[in-house]
Amino acid sequence: MAEPTKHESMKLCPKKLGLFTAFRLMLVRDLTLAMRRRTDVFTTLFFFIIAVTLFPLGVGPEMELLRTMAPGVIWVAALLASMLSLSTLFASDYEDGTLEQMVIAPYPLSVLVLGKLFAHWILTGVPLALLSPLLGMQLGLSTDAIQVLVITLLLGTPVLSLIGSIGAALTLGVRGGGVLLSLLVLPLFVPVLIFGSGAVEAFSAGINIDGHLSLLGAFLIVSIVFAPLATSVALRISVE
Amino acid sequence: MANSRFWLYFSSPKTFYPFAGKLVPWCAGVAVVLTVIGLYLGLLVTPPDYRMGNSYRIIYIHVPAVWMSMLIYMVMAGWAAVGLIWNVKLAEMMAGALAPTGAMFTFIGLWTGALWGQPTWGTYWVWDARLTTYLLLLFLYMGFIALRSAIDDPRRASKASALLAIVGAINVPIIYFSVKWWNTLHQPFTVAPGQESKIDPTMLWTMLIMVFAFWAYAIAVALLRIRSEILEREKNASWVAELLDSSQDTSSEDNIAQEKSAQGDRA
Amino acid sequence: MLEARNLECTRGDHVLFNNLSFTLSAGELVHLRGSNGSGKTSLLRILCGLFMPTNGEVMWGKENINDLREEYYQEISYFGHLNAIKDELTGIENLKISSKLADIELSEQQALESLEKMGLYGREDLPTKFLSQGQKRRVALARLLFSEAKAWILDEPFTALDVAAVDLLQGLITKHLENGGMVILTTHQDVALTLGNKARQINLDS
Repeated sequence: MAEPTKHESMKLCPKKLGLFTAFRLMLVRDLTLAMRRRTDVFTTLFFFIIAVTLFPLGVGPEMELLRTMAPGVIWVAALLASMLSLSTLFASDYEDGTLEQMVIAPYPLSVLVLGKLFAHWILTGVPLALLSPLLGMQLGLSTDAIQVLVITLLLGTPVLSLIGSIGAALTLGVRGGGVLLSLLVLPLFVPVLIFGSGAVEAFSAGINIDGHLSLLGAFLIVSIVFAPLATSVALRISVE
Repeated sequence: MANSRFWLYFSSPKTFYPFAGKLVPWCAGVAVVLTVIGLYLGLLVTPPDYRMGNSYRIIYIHVPAVWMSMLIYMVMAGWAAVGLIWNVKLAEMMAGALAPTGAMFTFIGLWTGALWGQPTWGTYWVWDARLTTYLLLLFLYMGFIALRSAIDDPRRASKASALLAIVGAINVPIIYFSVKWWNTLHQPFTVAPGQESKIDPTMLWTMLIMVFAFWAYAIAVALLRIRSEILEREKNASWVAELLDSSQDTSSEDNIAQEKSAQGDRA
Repeated sequence: MLEARNLECTRGDHVLFNNLSFTLSAGELVHLRGSNGSGKTSLLRILCGLFMPTNGEVMWGKENINDLREEYYQEISYFGHLNAIKDELTGIENLKISSKLADIELSEQQALESLEKMGLYGREDLPTKFLSQGQKRRVALARLLFSEAKAWILDEPFTALDVAAVDLLQGLITKHLENGGMVILTTHQDVALTLGNKARQINLDS
């Protein structure tokens, strides 16, 4: 958690509720909402499956070719799926006025954002990672490589949610927001893509992947600290 | 303290507008003169490269364009940060005014790079770390420009794009190192751009002259853009009304010049 | 004490108001008037810190609200055009979440009782998408029952409410003022509260 917000909380929320309550409030709320409209979650997952399924149809069914492409294909599909779901991250809160109330809530906005993002990751990143073995088998990845794939997805998808939330906040209520969002955040996703799919490739080639995983972990830590702050600045700009 | 007052003085659009107007012709003049000298030296005076013959001469455009595009992104992010943190309107405008020029230089850099690559390594495009990062830089510029133009409210547009520029600038080095690592993991290319062995001193000078020419051009164009944006944003301010009124009287030469350049901005 | 100092607000190229100064002290009710587009909503949003004025500042006590941030947000309750309730959640869930967001923990029972007080008996457990416009508004207003904020900033709170609900809300506001709270509101409906001398008028048209 970001240090400055922690410090603020000591001064500002001395009464009953702490930072964790704020975090949990958004987390539980967003999970409850997602349970009430489950289709959103499934749409993202089906997009992921369909996108990956299209590749063998496009490049041909040679297993050898598909196996070399598999990590990249699955990772790119996960990237796109996660980005598509990001466009709705703040949209409904923005439209019904909840976002305004979040901005003027007596909690640091970045903590509320972090709660929302954790929910977003549970609803998109985790299912994507859990589904990926199926797609990995489809494309002929070995069992061990599939394990690595799941680990990289679990480490990498929260970074996608975190970085993507900045773009989602900036494009709130902007015409053509969804397409614009992809233009803004896809270039920023590149490092995660490189090390995520790179780890699986390297593993298949018999190279040690500790470096890849530590870098993904480092991206995760850095983005947990900075992305919610940037997102809350962006949200304040967008609700004006 | 005098220093801070100096900056405060120029951070007001009202004082900056005529100041920029005076600078523009100078920068434009310098840009034209230096470009002519640079192209003359580059195309006619400097010797052909012993390995690449005459095709290398495109670097007099390519290298300065690449330098400028990267530098402009950093400068843009710097102004964006100043604008966002201290709420200086002019700094935000500066960031916005630099973006199209930066994107153009990036595009020129990619284009000339491809043209240079064909005779040098026999292909227009290689997935080299630098080229790939550079392509991503173009995407970052495009994102900035697209976001800025998609938001109708100018205040929100400049703040939102400023934040994006800062986030992008933090990411550029991360992207570069990731791409570099990715590149070494896959087959490394034997001829990387930039390893041009010996450089003749005249070549270096020519290149520097072209860099300064591009600098002057970038400043001139950015100032022109800022001037038109100031007019647009401050069109209800009394000083703009006075300016436009007095330029219609055609009483003062200074104002005629200002109006002309204002028209030039819109063209 | 909430104080506006020399506020200026522009939207697009349009100056909505400038040099606007006023104070709002404990127990005071201010009725903000003005024609459509005169900047009432913008002013209220400026007071909340949601919108930056082109010039001027808003002070809470002796400090600028932009420096206080979360500390200030604890002192205000803003009620905007939008209800800030979720269609998929029930009235009780909505109320509990919106109160919690204002740092107030409600029990199931408290939420239930307050919704009943707002005249939503029997509908507390329905997802709010099945409620009418006025009923949704009541769900949203229910959080004022527990509000511990000193300043209420209400933007057209009487819209879409029936006579009974209008009276209820007026009662709430009166009680809040008696307890030393302060209220600034806009309304285009004439209600007893804003007629007579109880409310100080600020007119943005003049």
